[in-house]
Parts: sequence; C-alpha cells; structure tokens
Amino acid sequence: MRYLPHTDADRRALLATIGVPSVDALFRDVPASARLDRPIAGLSSTMGELEVERHVAALAAKNRPAGSMASFIGAGAYRHHVPASVDHLIQRGEFLTSYTPYQPEVSQGTLQYLFEFQTQVALITGMEVANASMYDGATATVEAVMMANRVTKRGRAVLSGGLHPHYRQVVETHAHFGGFKAVGAAPRPGLTEDLAALIDADTSCVVVQNPSAFGQLVDLAPLAKICQAKGALLIAVVTEIASLGLVASPGEMGADIVACEGQSMGNALNFGGPHVGLFATREKYVRQMPGRLTGETVDTEGRRGWVLTLSTREQHIRREKATSNICTNAGLCALAFTIHLSLLGEAGFRRLAELNHAAAVMLAEKLDGVRGARLMTDQFFNEFTLKLPVPAAGVVDELASKGVLAGVPASRLWPERPELGDLLIVAATETNTVAEMDRFATALEEVL
Amino acid sequence: MDKSQGRATREDGATAALAPVVTASGHRGLVMEEKLIFEQGVEGRTGVDLPEIPKVARRLGGLERKAPIGLPGLSEPQVVRHYTRLSQKNFAIDAGLYPLGSCTMKHNPRLNEKMARLPGFADVHPLQPVSTVQGALELMDQLAHWLKTLTGMPAVALSPGAGAHGEFCGMVAIRAAIEARGEAAIRRRVLVPESAHGTNPATAAAIGFDVDAIPADARGRVDVAALKAKLGPDVAAIMLTNPNTCGLFETDIVEIARLVREAGGYFYCDGANFNAIAGRVRPADLGVDAMHINLHKTFSTPHGGGGPGSGPVVFSARLAAYAPVPYVVHGADGFALIEHKAQTESAFGRLKGFHGQMGMYVRALTYMLSHGADGIRQASNDAVLNANYVMARLQDVMSASFEGPCMHECLFDDRFLKDTGVTTLDFAKAMIDEGYHPMTMYFPLVVHGAMLIEPTESETKESLDMFVDTMRALVVRAERGEVEYFRASPRLTPRRRLDETRAARAPVLRWKPQRDPVPQAAE
Amino acid sequence: MAELRFTREHEWVRVDGDVGTCGISDYAQSQLGDVVFVELPAAGKNVKRGGEAAVVESVKAASEVYAPVSGEVVESNAALPDNPARVNQSPMSEGWFMKIKLSNKAELAELMDEAAYKTYLGTLS
Repeated sequence: MRYLPHTDADRRALLATIGVPSVDALFRDVPASARLDRPIAGLSSTMGELEVERHVAALAAKNRPAGSMASFIGAGAYRHHVPASVDHLIQRGEFLTSYTPYQPEVSQGTLQYLFEFQTQVALITGMEVANASMYDGATATVEAVMMANRVTKRGRAVLSGGLHPHYRQVVETHAHFGGFKAVGAAPRPGLTEDLAALIDADTSCVVVQNPSAFGQLVDLAPLAKICQAKGALLIAVVTEIASLGLVASPGEMGADIVACEGQSMGNALNFGGPHVGLFATREKYVRQMPGRLTGETVDTEGRRGWVLTLSTREQHIRREKATSNICTNAGLCALAFTIHLSLLGEAGFRRLAELNHAAAVMLAEKLDGVRGARLMTDQFFNEFTLKLPVPAAGVVDELASKGVLAGVPASRLWPERPELGDLLIVAATETNTVAEMDRFATALEEVL
Repeated sequence: MDKSQGRATREDGATAALAPVVTASGHRGLVMEEKLIFEQGVEGRTGVDLPEIPKVARRLGGLERKAPIGLPGLSEPQVVRHYTRLSQKNFAIDAGLYPLGSCTMKHNPRLNEKMARLPGFADVHPLQPVSTVQGALELMDQLAHWLKTLTGMPAVALSPGAGAHGEFCGMVAIRAAIEARGEAAIRRRVLVPESAHGTNPATAAAIGFDVDAIPADARGRVDVAALKAKLGPDVAAIMLTNPNTCGLFETDIVEIARLVREAGGYFYCDGANFNAIAGRVRPADLGVDAMHINLHKTFSTPHGGGGPGSGPVVFSARLAAYAPVPYVVHGADGFALIEHKAQTESAFGRLKGFHGQMGMYVRALTYMLSHGADGIRQASNDAVLNANYVMARLQDVMSASFEGPCMHECLFDDRFLKDTGVTTLDFAKAMIDEGYHPMTMYFPLVVHGAMLIEPTESETKESLDMFVDTMRALVVRAERGEVEYFRASPRLTPRRRLDETRAARAPVLRWKPQRDPVPQAAE
Repeated sequence: MAELRFTREHEWVRVDGDVGTCGISDYAQSQLGDVVFVELPAAGKNVKRGGEAAVVESVKAASEVYAPVSGEVVESNAALPDNPARVNQSPMSEGWFMKIKLSNKAELAELMDEAAYKTYLGTLS
C-alpha cells in the first residue's frame, strides 16, 4: 500500500529484532473478547488514487458550487476571491505538515506568521492584543463570554437579538453546562434594541454582533459607555471581517473583547469549516485570554525570535484551573488569513471593502420594491434583509432551481420564530457581477 | 556580525568544524533572515489588483472608519518570498521523522488536499438549500459510517472542531444523560488517571465536575484496586485514554468499564491513541460510552502548524440521544440536516457554527477509502511494530519506563541520564541538530523527565534504524560527559534556544510602530 | 524574635507579634523555575490555613500558594508583580508574598520548624 512502506521482509526483520513471532503477539494485552482477527466487515478495501478520486469526485459532483450559480448567501460565511498565491503557499509542506510550534528553534516560520497574524487582528479590530486564532467565530464568542465571567467575577451574559443564531446557541450550550446564565433579546431586523434594560448587577458582558445577523450596522459607542458604567464588558462580534476595511472598528467603538469569524480572508466557504476564529482584547486582560499566544523574545545569540508564551493559562499545565480547555488554533486557516491580508495591504483591504459595500448597495436598490419586497436594513456593509410578501423559504428554493442562491431565509436561522418567516437575508461581495444581480432581480420578480 | 554559529566553548573536533561564517547579508545559504511584513511595507504597494469602485451612495450611516488601520503594503513577489522564507525555517513531516508521542505524525497524503479543493466541496456555502448540497451531506454520512463501523458504536457527532472540543462534547453528553436521569446534583465526580493529558481534567472542570485523580500501578496502568475504592454513587464518569499515555494498553479496561457502569457512571475514552488499535479493536467492545477521534492524528488530516483539526465523537446507545446538533439524516427525499436543538428530542445543543470541519471530513474519508479496512488494520500493525522495534533497539541504553510490549508509542524516562548532568530537555535539543524533531517530553507526568516516542507506520526500516543509531550516539555523548555539547544545542537551526522567561515576564504579543527594536545581532 | 515555620506545600511564614510574613521556600522556587507572574490577594481578604491565597506562575508550571495560617491579609508585596524574578532570587526575604494578621496562633504549632522542614525535604526525591 502506497502509504505503508514495509514489505513482508521488513516486517519479519523488525519482528526478529523485537523477538516475537508475529505482530499479534504485540497486541497480547487486548482482552480476547475484544480481539478482531480480520479486517472489519462493511467497509471497502484498499483503493488506488484513481478509484478514490472517482468515488470522492462523484460525491462532489452532486453539489452545486456557489460559483456555478449567482450566489448571494452570507449569514456568517462569505464568498470572496482569494488570490492564487495563498493556496499555493499554505500547501508548502513546511506549513502543511508541521506541528504546533512547541520547539521554537525549528518552528520560527510558524511562530513568525502567527505573530504577524496577531498583529493584523489587533490592527483591524482596533484592539491592543489578539491571540493566535480559535476554531471559529462561534467558539471565539463563547470563549469571550467565559473570559468576561472570569474578569468581572459575574455570571450572566446578555446577548443581542442580532447575534448569529449559531453563536447564540453555542453560548447557551456552554451556559447550561458551564454554570452561567445567558439571556437573549428577540431577533428583529433593523430596529435598535434596548439592551441596556437587560443589564443587571450580575451581568458580566453584553454581546453584540455588528453588522448584525440581519446586516444592520450600528454605532456601539453608546452601549459601550452604558456597559462600562455598569461594570460589564462589551463583546463585539464581527462575522464578516471584510467590513473592517471600511467600517469603524469595534475597538474604536469601545469594545472590551472582540470575537470574529475570519473566514472571509484567505479561506474558501468549505461548506462551513474549517474556518478561523479571531479573538482580541485589551492588554490589561491578557492573562485571562484563552487560546495560544505567540510572543517575541531573543535567542542565546541575542537575535529576535518568537515562542509560544503565557501557556501556563492553558490546559496542559493548569489542568483543572485552565482558562479554557481549548488546545488547537486554526493553524493553516490563520496562515491563509495572514497571507491574504498581506497581499491586500492597507489600500487593498479598504478597496475590497468599498467594492463589497458598493455591490450590496446596488443589489439592494435593484431588489427593494420588487413586487412588494421591502428593504428592512437602513445601514449595512455587504448584507441586508428584505421583507417579502410571501414566506422566504419557498422563494429561496424556487430561485435555486433558476440558478440563483438568493440568500438565507430567516426561517432557516430562527425556525422557532415564525414571525420572521417572510425575511430574506442577502449578501453581495466583490465576486458578484451586475449581470448576476440583474438575474436575481428578474428571477425574484418572476417568483413573487 | 552574524553570530549564529555560537561561541565555541572548547576546541574539540566537533566545534572546530563549526567555525563561524560571517555573511554580509545576514542570510546563511538557503536559510534567510526575514523581517516582519510590517517592517517591509511600503505605502502604495499592493499584491492584489482590484477594479474601480462603482459610484454609489454609501449606506453606512456615517460609521466609516476614520483612522488608517496600519497594514503594510507589499507586492505579490514580496509576499510569496516572505512566506516561502518563513516556511524554510520549519521542521515538517514532509522533511523528516517527528517522533511525537500521542500526536501521530504520519504522512499527510496530497490526494487528501486535491479532493478537499474540488469546487464541489470547497466552493459550497453551508446554508445553501439542502437540495444543492446532497453530495456534501452524503460524504458526511459516509464518514460517519466509517467512524461508527471502525469503533462499533451506533452514533457519532461530527461537529467538534478538534480533540479538546470533542472531549467537551463527549463529557457534556454524559452530563446531559445524568441530568435526564435526575442525578445531576449527585453525580459530580469524574475519575481521571494521573497520566491523563491536561485537557481531560480541564474539560471535566469546565463542565462543573469535580476531578478525582486515579494513580497508576507499577505496570503503568490504572490501579484497579484504587479505582474500586473511589467508585461510589456520586461518580459521573471515568475518562481514560486507551492505549494510555504511557503507550500501554489498559489490560483491565473491560473490567474497569464494567465497574464504572455498575456504579452508574459513564466511560469516556480519549481517542488520541486510536492509531494503535484502529481496525484491530473496537472501542465498543471495550465498554466505551463516548470517544473522540482526532482526524488530524489517526486519519492523516494535516497538522498545519497547529490546526485546523477535527474531533468527531462516537457514542454508545445510552448516550446517542444526547448528541449535539447538527447531524445528517437520510430520508425518502435524500439527505437532510438537523440543525436546531428544538428539532430533536434530547440533543444537548450546538457546539460550533455551521456543520463542522467539512474540509477535514473530505480529507479523512479520502484517507479511509485509500487504506480500506484492511489498510487501516495494517497501518495499526505497522505503527505498533515500529514503536516496539524502536523500544527493542533503545532499551539497553535508554531507560524504558515500563516493561513491553508497548503499543504505537514507547515511553522512556531520564534515569539513563542520571549523573550525566544532561536533562531530557538538553537531550531533546541535541536531537534537533541531528535533524529530528524531539519526541514528546515531560509528558506523561507519571515518570520523571518523560520521553514519549511514536514513530508511526509511515517510517521505513532504514529510517527507524537511522533514528535509533542517532539516539544511541547521543546517549554515548551524554555518558562521555559532554554536558556542554547538550546545553549548547541546538546550534544548526535558524535560531538557538529562545528566552521563554523573558517572553512570559514582559509579553510582547504584536508588532507596534514606535516600539524600540528588539536587540539584534548588529547588521 | 521572629518565628519561622514551613508547610508541607513549601510555604513559609515568619511571625513577628501578630503578623506573619508569608512566601514560598527556596525548594519551591527551584522546582518552579523562572517565575514569570504572581497573583496576590487584596488587603482585607480573609484566608484559612491551607486555603488558596495566591498564584505563582513560571514558564512551565502554575501553582496555588496556600495560606500557611488563618487570618486577614494586611498587605501584599506590591513590588512583586513587576519583579517576579525576586521569588527566585530571594524567596525567603524580598520575594515575600503577603502579610497575614494571625487569627489563631495555635496553628503555628502544627507547622514545621526549619530543622523539621529540612528533614522533610530530605524525604522527597
């Protein structure tokens, strides 16, 4: 088998040195009741690359890639153009097949790019310090809540109604099993909500997504002041990181912790994973921050280099008292993010954001008013909500059969909220052409 | 002046050969010194050409960014060169043996990468209408089938993002089951061996359990008598790794599982070491209730310098009902996704955005299809064979902690270095100059100065022999009293030992524009 | 005359009158390695003997520091957080952690004196 180098002669030689007659002898500690004496039934046998490709490609062929349709889906994952260099660089064996940089002398490549990544994340979010990434935006958000609990020594999180429902559900799971409370406002497009009224003396944090899951953009500064006055931390969540090229950063608006989904930079949609969580906060909270951290130092020759640091917060040392049980960061996805942002630079990142906003503005203008469809979001980046005269789910299915991925019906995100059933959440990026937008508008007219 | 060869501490054959070479550029042959991108950016440079911005009336509500961000401008050639140079400073499986115990650094097949990049998988949005992503759901279903069949378990949760997340998932399911029995207030204690990886107690504590450590016996396995003494009506679960972190199969595991079950508790198995037994032993037959599997260990998805991973969890019948959302179901109309807790009877909730690490599922399934059930079994055989070979060829000069046979990894401790002045750390750093990534060190905690070696099935006999011969040569050096050699190691790497104390005392976690530059070797 | 006592967890307390200055022993600091961070209790905090009072972190380990005696924390070593290295350099003097006003002097009798602690260290291998 191509991945298993040993021939039978090799195996015999190894066994002879070990001094046992067969490899079965090495498994003698396995209880007899659990020993399998042949390959497990119900699974296929060894296959060459050609056959494997045929099998897997056949599965891929049963999917309709977003690029084969006019795609306008966002809702936490965004289709952007990733420059060709990114994917080539991350596939270099020294990045792809290396391990966590626990031996810094042979991992300076990884450690340096993570240091660059941490800097980029701090810069775009407007915060002082960032970690080396987390699994995704949802887990970064719940880690932010748990950190706020530790910092404030309180146990109640207030969640904006505009928080992505997956993120909210992850917080609720951890709240229930981790012994803290999570209280949410109702999800509603467009209208501002009165989160201040939900803050009490036990509130550790207020979690707001901006732009919201409906696409609504708000100024978080007033809420930041209220939180500060009440001793709670403001956690800002950003699911479309491209927005930070144009919109004021959460740091500028007064956030204490920022949790983001970084997928838009460098990473394909990948049907939802792997993505990359970003986490940033104020320097004074650095020892409460979860996740891996890369820090600068010098070697024995006095030369600048980098190491993983502050690891005593982590599970492999603190054990029961760790800040979180998370081991892994998003590694290669963080690298892709870093490379993409390096290629864009200041001017490119801003221009990309402008293109996204312009595309969404154009699309909104084309769709608003089509057979009674109404735009519900007055301020947005690249995503907005339409109220349709009929349930949105059926419209989306019909449009799909016409080659248009028309966004996400709110009923898919909040099935427990029938009052949102006529809402459609639509995104546009730099990958959408005017022709595609016209196709969407025409098809919507036909279907409604 | 470049001092990367270090100061020779005494004139002997080895160090005289490493006479310092001074270069004007600071580069050393193929290994380049490379500044941070922030130190190389030039305003106006860009690596991406974007179209003109159409003229539209903005709808940002005046919330535009006012101040610049501070990102550097670089051209494409610069960026490619920068990250290429960085990559050249990393050790990797593609370059050499990584004997990291419990990490399973096996070969990462490139076919996996090709399949994951098919547009039908890479360019698919998680929230597309389900009718347009039937192939993705079918792939998840097939992966689930492989995982369930290999483990003998009836249910699997695919969504956890990596191993630690999988542990969280498994333990939360156990907690949910205990709650459903009305015993949440009583069953609060989780038994964890002293040898366990730190994530195990961290996970249990995060869910509100009290952690109770179980000692190991003289043979490196769970002390069953001690375990019996700790069982009681307040026990929620035991968390075991099997094979354990000493590289040994827990001989009494079936009895342990029975004892815990009789006490009303659940058996969580940390599947980090599944590579030893995949295809030869089914965890279900050992009495496991929940086990996470590291796709990036056993099933070859790449480690990527730290991630992304994937940690699906298989469940027994008595835990299956509590598995989290989302999961794939197969109905008359094809495949569908159950995405919300409210759509199920007893799922404990959601752990992650969207549907899990789909890109890793494609890679793992590709690996499984390539190997087949017979190949997976053969891989486990070869992994165990290789570890035992290494142990057999080193145990006369290094101190094996426990009597063999071992499973897919072998554990040594620092007794063989006693009186040499050389520590496990020093020994490991000397391995680096020899072209090997060090083995896992100082873990597990149950022996002193632990060295846990896992060669994996990907190594040839020649490669194993060279590794063993190298280790033997290092032992000879240590016995000859060459302490300074070890303490000065490594010397051939782009950086020598780094000051971790300084990094932790005064953390510098990002580049800042006005900060004084860190002292460098003078240019 | 100040009384010096040690705990089995390698904390020391030097009592002068009603107040005991506390820290960790030389053995403890050498086991930890370079100390990078300390977390000290606030003045006014009540501690119980054997209860968690402070945290000390090195590069490779993190450890609770337990109160050797019960009482009220009257002062923490304000100079220590910025100079954690003092714990390594002078664990028995400048590297002190906190001062506790003893609520129960009888507890001192249950701790080891310097000679007994030295003997105890000999039993650890």
